Amino acid sequence: MPVSYYIILAATLFCIGVVGVLTRRNAIIIFMCVELMLNAVNLLLVAFSKMQNIAHPPGSVVINGSDAQIFVFFIMVVAAAEVSVGLAIIVMMYRNVHSIDVNFLNRLKN
Amino acid sequence: MNTIIFCIPLLPFLGFLLTGIFRNYLSRQLCGIIASGTIFISFLLVLYVFFNHAYSPEAITYFDFISNPLLRISFAFQVDQLSTLFMLIITGVGFLIHVYSTAYMHEETPAHYARFFSYLNLFVFSMLLLVLGANYVIMFVGWEGVGICSYLLIGYWFKNNQYNYAARKAFVMNRIGDVGFLLAIFWIISKFGSADYSVVFSNATTIDTAEITGITILLFVGAIGKSAQIPLYTWLPDAMAGPTPVSALIHAATMVTAGIYMVARSNVLYSLSPVSMGIVAIIGLATALLAASIALFQNDIKKVLAYSTVSQLGFMFIALGVGAYTTGVFHVMTHAFFKALLFLGAGSVIHAMGGEQDITKMGGLRKKTPITYWTFLIAVLAISGFPFTSGFISKDEIIIAAYSYSKPIFWLTSFAAVLTSFYMFRLLMLVFFGSFRGTPDQEKHLHESPAAMTIPLIILAVLSALGGFIQLPHVFGGHDYLNEFLAPVVPAFSHGTEDIAMREYYLLGATIIGLLIVFVLTRKWYAVSTFEGKYSGFKNVLAHKWYIDELYDGLIVNPFTNFAGFLKSKIENSGIDGLVNGIGRFIRYLSRQVRLVQSGLVGNYILIMVLSITVLFLVFWNQDVLMGFLQKIF
Amino acid sequence: MDITTIVFWLLSALTLFGAIMVVSRKNPIFSVLWLIVVFFAISGHYILLNAQFIAVVNIIVYAGAIMVLFLFVLMMMNLNNLPATNKNIWMKFIGVISGGLLLCVLVSTSKSAADMNLKSIVLKEGNIGLIENLGKILFTKYAVPFEISSILFLSAMVGAVVIGKKD
Repeated sequence: MPVSYYIILAATLFCIGVVGVLTRRNAIIIFMCVELMLNAVNLLLVAFSKMQNIAHPPGSVVINGSDAQIFVFFIMVVAAAEVSVGLAIIVMMYRNVHSIDVNFLNRLKN
Repeated sequence: MNTIIFCIPLLPFLGFLLTGIFRNYLSRQLCGIIASGTIFISFLLVLYVFFNHAYSPEAITYFDFISNPLLRISFAFQVDQLSTLFMLIITGVGFLIHVYSTAYMHEETPAHYARFFSYLNLFVFSMLLLVLGANYVIMFVGWEGVGICSYLLIGYWFKNNQYNYAARKAFVMNRIGDVGFLLAIFWIISKFGSADYSVVFSNATTIDTAEITGITILLFVGAIGKSAQIPLYTWLPDAMAGPTPVSALIHAATMVTAGIYMVARSNVLYSLSPVSMGIVAIIGLATALLAASIALFQNDIKKVLAYSTVSQLGFMFIALGVGAYTTGVFHVMTHAFFKALLFLGAGSVIHAMGGEQDITKMGGLRKKTPITYWTFLIAVLAISGFPFTSGFISKDEIIIAAYSYSKPIFWLTSFAAVLTSFYMFRLLMLVFFGSFRGTPDQEKHLHESPAAMTIPLIILAVLSALGGFIQLPHVFGGHDYLNEFLAPVVPAFSHGTEDIAMREYYLLGATIIGLLIVFVLTRKWYAVSTFEGKYSGFKNVLAHKWYIDELYDGLIVNPFTNFAGFLKSKIENSGIDGLVNGIGRFIRYLSRQVRLVQSGLVGNYILIMVLSITVLFLVFWNQDVLMGFLQKIF
Repeated sequence: MDITTIVFWLLSALTLFGAIMVVSRKNPIFSVLWLIVVFFAISGHYILLNAQFIAVVNIIVYAGAIMVLFLFVLMMMNLNNLPATNKNIWMKFIGVISGGLLLCVLVSTSKSAADMNLKSIVLKEGNIGLIENLGKILFTKYAVPFEISSILFLSAMVGAVVIGKKD
């Protein structure tokens, strides 16, 4: 599998996530699209961890790509923490304004 | 000696600074003492210079204003006989007027009182600079300085807008004359390479006569503005809006004589150009006649004296024009005495009348204000030419010199002298004789002035009566001390081989007869109990000053004002203001538009982030794509 | 075309389809469900790449915990009375366009990288993703970040509780 396939796949997934963030009004859906973007990055990282030059024979090196997968692990850790705090904020926001429409929250206006 | 000479103008300047800066803290008495004291000490210093004969044709240079190979203008004083004589007049008469003012202005608040005296001191300082200068530039500095002080002092009671207009009128007319003066200075510098008197006068003969004529005419234009000749004289009657001591000092004794000083100082130049001398004489003559005719029918005591001043200045210029330079200077001196006396006396009358200046409401003041009456009488006799008063001697010299120069000028000058005596006696009769024509309240208020006012009157009266004896004509047993005194600087009129003794006698006889007739006539017409002060026909034209002010207004002032208003509305308001305000408005509009970016919508912000990242990627890592894209467009 | 390639293409199609569904559904519950589908497909990719640990953790953490959390919050909100704010169709258009632009730029960037053509991914092989290997590295080389991440979790929990308090 050439690397470029995985790159294109991850890039597409990422951009779909971006479109979702720009397009949707519901704060929770936007949050979910952010998770989508994170997953695209995870996928790419794992793919890179398996990337080898064609010239090398497979199976000789044991640990050289593991860093990327550890990175993915930590990304998941951070995503989980972020989700918990973010959802707490959204709940609090809903309690104050009774709406989770981001267009409604233009308090930073002007 | 040099430091003493430097102190002479320095002391009034210090007085100006002290009374000006500390005007909120000085009491009236202290202020009066400081101001009068500085002038008195200057007077003593001038006396010291005078008695030590510290004259020299050399200039005393203190420092240089401009000093490069092409031009050198230095701050230098020239102490010779002419400047010393003028300094004596300025400081002497100035001191008397300062003392008088301490009493006359006593109704002012202390701060304004101090302001008055600071202006007076500044004026004396400027006038001293004018006569002490050793080159035309210093003279011009003093010239401008007295112009400014004239403006400040005429508009002293600045709450009244009419007075402000009068002050502005005086200053503007002065300025018009100053243009001529400046042009003359530029011409002199370009021709002679320097503005110093010594350089100019010693090289005067090397210059073409036509150029000398041009220079002298331009200098005389300056004198016309400053000394109120035709056509720039209308400011002087209006300048009577200022306090009476101001009128006495500035518009009788000193500032208006600056023009005479300038012409007398430049006598070398004028003697080389008979054309300009003729112009000087003729303008002086016309002014003398015109002003005398107007003074015949004025009803304000100070206006009569103002026109009298203009007329007497005309006499002085006649003297200068016919070549009798020392006579002109002599008349300056005697005129300073009796005109200051007349003005101070008028101030005393106004003070007694509680502020009234209309002579139709006066009359019979002889009994109530005796000192004022007697000193005023002496002054009137002097100006009319009563035999052996100072005025008689100086005026006779002018008339006799005119006779040798040109007969028509002689006859017209004599006629002007007759008019002079007539209007002065009219004034005397209307004010001091007859019966009182004012309100009963004013009659109760009539009183003699305090000592601070009457003592200067007495001193000036003595000088007016006896001051002429320094130049008594030979036929009467005198010796021309003044001519000898001024000879190194200013030439006297040379009568040549003519026999002037007979003329002197004729003149003496004619004067006595003429004065008798005038006295009788005015006594009959004006020592009355009722005086309307309204005239008809030609007399009304004269009473309205030949409508010259109205002529100037319509011809010059109103078009200028309209033009300036037009400029203000079109160019200033729409153009320049519009441009400057427009920049501000434009910036505000821009900022309002830019502010809309802050919509507060998170979605917008993220959109912009994404777009920015796209652009970043393009620019940094995909340059070939970017280039290709751009090349396709352009 | 061997089975690996076919599986790869199938999984990719599922992933992308699911992502598009996430973004475009009106009902948020459907979006959540489609996102779970996406996560499963991505875990399939991981297994194809022999990153077993990551695949399982992905299912457990993301699909299992985080999505459930999302569902909880969604159902807590009473979203039937959505206010009718007029989101103009223009903004959606702009969003799609800019997303597309970003995709183009990213793809072109990767294409222009010179040494990408030589590399390839080895599927179904390799012991990098095995749990014991990952564990070895995690607890030796990356022990400190591991501990710090535990502190991160602690702070996140405390933060969530503090933010969510009623007063």
